[in-house]
Amino acid sequence: MEYFLSIAAALFGIGLYGLLSSRNVIRVLMSLELLLNAVNLNFVTFATFVDGHELKGQVMALFVMAIAAAEATIGLAIVLSIYRNRTSVDLDDFNLLKW
Amino acid sequence: MMQSFTSVVLSIGILGGAVGVVACPSLVYSAFLLGGVLLGVGGLYVELNADFVAAAQLLVYIGAINVLILFAIMLVSPGSRVQTSSNWNPGEAILSAVFVVACIKMIQQTPWVNPPFEPEVASLVVLGGHLFSDFLLPFEVVSIVLLVALVGAIVIARRDPAAS
Repeated sequence: MEYFLSIAAALFGIGLYGLLSSRNVIRVLMSLELLLNAVNLNFVTFATFVDGHELKGQVMALFVMAIAAAEATIGLAIVLSIYRNRTSVDLDDFNLLKW
Repeated sequence: MMQSFTSVVLSIGILGGAVGVVACPSLVYSAFLLGGVLLGVGGLYVELNADFVAAAQLLVYIGAINVLILFAIMLVSPGSRVQTSSNWNPGEAILSAVFVVACIKMIQQTPWVNPPFEPEVASLVVLGGHLFSDFLLPFEVVSIVLLVALVGAIVIARRDPAAS
């Protein structure tokens, strides 16, 4: 079981690096999907090895998947809306709220 | 602790694809590598006796979310697609590396409770039972969340009819 948890942790770390250091907004959203997949893998691993007959971790993974779909939709709609106004998806250009 | 051959191969594919998603200069290649990562994770789910979650992963993540990401990439002009992304951030890389190392140390040091592994044959029946008995309220709330997300995405991404 530790093997699958370590794979999920490594996937989470790679997604975290991509989330923090990407300049393109769509790449940030893709790294967010990596994070959510790492979390799902963690849930399913625990469901398989610890909770073999109730499988509550798999139910949680299904809910995380649904929420991830909703959030990717909204995020990409926002990206399209911003792009229509500023024709740029570079995060360094979205600095109107900076002090 | 020998892992099966498929889980090692899938893990190499997942981690290599994830590095490609983060580091590939072309955004379209990153999106296709994300599809590969999601496929590999689906394969791991099959190995972990989560067959319905694997099917849902393929349908929802690859079939809907990855396609949506590709649509968004195509709707953003080619000028911003090719990005000189050689801005390697050492601070954030160290943060992520420290986090991963701490997690793996914690995983290996924790005395996990491991009951004997008897795989549940009909996992879909168990999932359906949960979704309609003790997880019924989250199920209904998630349907409302999806409705709100749908309407909200349409409202946000709609062209202003007065301006065009």
